[in-house]
Amino acid sequence: MSTDVQGPSPEAGESGDIAAEVALSSPDVIADSLGEYAKIWLSRVRNGDSGALPVIAGLVVIVIYFQARSSLFLSAGNLVNLIGQAAWIVMLGMAEVFVLLLGEIDLSIGYTSAVGATFTCWLLLPPHPAPWPLAVLVGLAVPAVFSGLQGLIVTRLRLPSFVVTLAGQLLALGLLLEVMNSAAPSGGGTIRLYNSVLVDIYFGSLSPVAGWIVMAAAVAGAGALFLVRDSRRRASNLTAPPLSVTLLKIAAMAVAGVVVVLIGNTNRGAGVAVVRGVPWVVLVVVVVLIAWSVLLGRTRFGRYVYAIGGNAEAARRAGISLSRIRVLAFTLAGLTAGIMGILYTSYLGSVSTGVQGGQLVLLAVAAAVIGGTSLFGGRGKMVGAVLGGLIVAVIYNGLELLGLGAAPQYIWTAVVLLAAVTVDTLARRRSTTA
Amino acid sequence: MTTPSAEGARPADAGRASPPDSHVTDATDGADAMDPDNTPQASTDPPASDPSAPPLLSLVDIGKSFGPVRVLSHITLDIPVGQVTAVVGDNGAGKSTLIKTISGIYHQDEGQILWQGRQVHLHTPKDATDLGIATVYQDLALADNLDIVANMFLGHELVKHFQLDEIGMEKSARQTLADLSVVTVRSVRQAVGSLSGGQRQAVAVARAVMRQAKLVILDEPTAALGVTQTRVVLDLIKRLKSQNIAVIVISHNLNDVQSVADRIAVLRLGRLVAVGPASQYDAESIVDLMTTGTSKRLAATPAEPSAGSSSEH
Repeated sequence: MSTDVQGPSPEAGESGDIAAEVALSSPDVIADSLGEYAKIWLSRVRNGDSGALPVIAGLVVIVIYFQARSSLFLSAGNLVNLIGQAAWIVMLGMAEVFVLLLGEIDLSIGYTSAVGATFTCWLLLPPHPAPWPLAVLVGLAVPAVFSGLQGLIVTRLRLPSFVVTLAGQLLALGLLLEVMNSAAPSGGGTIRLYNSVLVDIYFGSLSPVAGWIVMAAAVAGAGALFLVRDSRRRASNLTAPPLSVTLLKIAAMAVAGVVVVLIGNTNRGAGVAVVRGVPWVVLVVVVVLIAWSVLLGRTRFGRYVYAIGGNAEAARRAGISLSRIRVLAFTLAGLTAGIMGILYTSYLGSVSTGVQGGQLVLLAVAAAVIGGTSLFGGRGKMVGAVLGGLIVAVIYNGLELLGLGAAPQYIWTAVVLLAAVTVDTLARRRSTTA
Repeated sequence: MTTPSAEGARPADAGRASPPDSHVTDATDGADAMDPDNTPQASTDPPASDPSAPPLLSLVDIGKSFGPVRVLSHITLDIPVGQVTAVVGDNGAGKSTLIKTISGIYHQDEGQILWQGRQVHLHTPKDATDLGIATVYQDLALADNLDIVANMFLGHELVKHFQLDEIGMEKSARQTLADLSVVTVRSVRQAVGSLSGGQRQAVAVARAVMRQAKLVILDEPTAALGVTQTRVVLDLIKRLKSQNIAVIVISHNLNDVQSVADRIAVLRLGRLVAVGPASQYDAESIVDLMTTGTSKRLAATPAEPSAGSSSEH
């Protein structure tokens, strides 16, 4: 009677399933206690989906190493300098996260950001400067449109983004030379930033008191939001993370905020003048981080970006317009690169055709991947790009401080990037074979 | 249903080169006719089906060719509410083409599709989804990196104050899973990549059910599963039936078909060679029908009391 056409296939036992299940699940929603939370988190780290803590631990180790080698490393002056260097790497890293989450890449944004910044400086040239918000808008729109067009080519013609944006990189460099030639024909390939508001992004600071107030308000606001969200979930009979874990997170945010404000408020005038306060650029980075995190984590657009990165065919069948989401993600990457271009210009006081756009973009990819964003798409967070960018900046700053020159900077960044990509790939392999 | 009995009554047909034609006609009559003397079907059907109402879905004389290759010809099949219809057939029999026609991926060259008695044209998958036809393909189309809730609502997220309404979605997803008696998942917030094969199938089916599907088509739902997981999926199919949802199951596994199907439709080389209550067929007769288009064994099967009294010829 039994004409079994297809025998039962071997299957993993139920206990094995649970191990895999725990490994891939967020501890926020499964753990009931702090101890269980830690246990689940550890098994996730082994699977490569580690969250922020290992990156922070790595950052601390690197900082301790450099401080041991050079007592200047943790001086207020150097730390503010470090924040300055980190800010644009972080910003470009956040730009890259949008496209990496789709499983794509954008290699052009190093140069397109410079093209945008050149337009900004051009519009602000005396004797008839445009209003600075307009100049900034143009500086953001140019790279946004450029990347958006690349995204359109990638989706419509189904070309690999690597090749399209590599061509885009060359095109952007050509544009940069062309625009610079028109904007500052006698500038020798450089155009100065003449607007004091934009220069103050880097060189102006909040007053020490204002720094404390803003930080306290931000931490209190975020903490209240976390607690309200948890209590809403509990009120709806859904599991929420244990209170102790949420309090620990808020405490960590408060500590980070206090450290940044303390560093910023220490006099870094080096005897010439009193210079104190948190630089505005920190605020810019924090605001962009919050905005993009909300966009990715709490909106349909963000959900679709992750879905396409995880399984584009599933997203397509769910009725999601792949090309619209992809073009939008590329455009946002360009927009964020535009913000970076303006930060970078503020930092240097000018834009130059000598900008290392190809190297900048690789540092951005490094920042994102070190921060836990997968090159295969579908996994990663904006906050990871911030931490990864800090690691890259610390390596650069520390080796510079040791007077070792460019060679070890490149080499060590390469080693860290390779390590991050290896972790990413191993984690992916383990999760697909499990 | 009289096809098998007709088969048995005409053993001489069995060896002929083109027997399917005659059987298709038989099957057509049996499936289409709601006439009162079609008693065997009515008596073996579960009580869920109301004989006076039109079937949820009727395929009438469907034909489909790809270039010179005729993939489906003269398929006439009714899919009643609250019943599981198993579509079986060997590779290349036209099972996939048939379900793709029902789910709007292909459009038939000939014939009509009736939905609750009214003719419909399914030109795109969306046309089918809008009617309430949900197809769960073998690859399930789940994003492994997203959690169960996100997958169930993918493309149809609830939004509140410009943000995703995570609480609303999670509650609704939990309710749907509970209705389907899917109790084995630890948390609806775990990534789908961490689920077992049966659980993934359950999530894919729950997604279809949540969108008010009236007809759920399952393509080889147990093909990749072991014994325990298969049982989970078969239970799930029974739950669907009890919620008055029509189910079409495409399967190779005759054990599964027999344990869950109310009706069986056998395809062979693009033609429907038999359709009828599952109780009329045993595994051997299905295999015969799948491979040769006829079955002598059915003659010996005493399951059909009215076998000889067919008045449909």
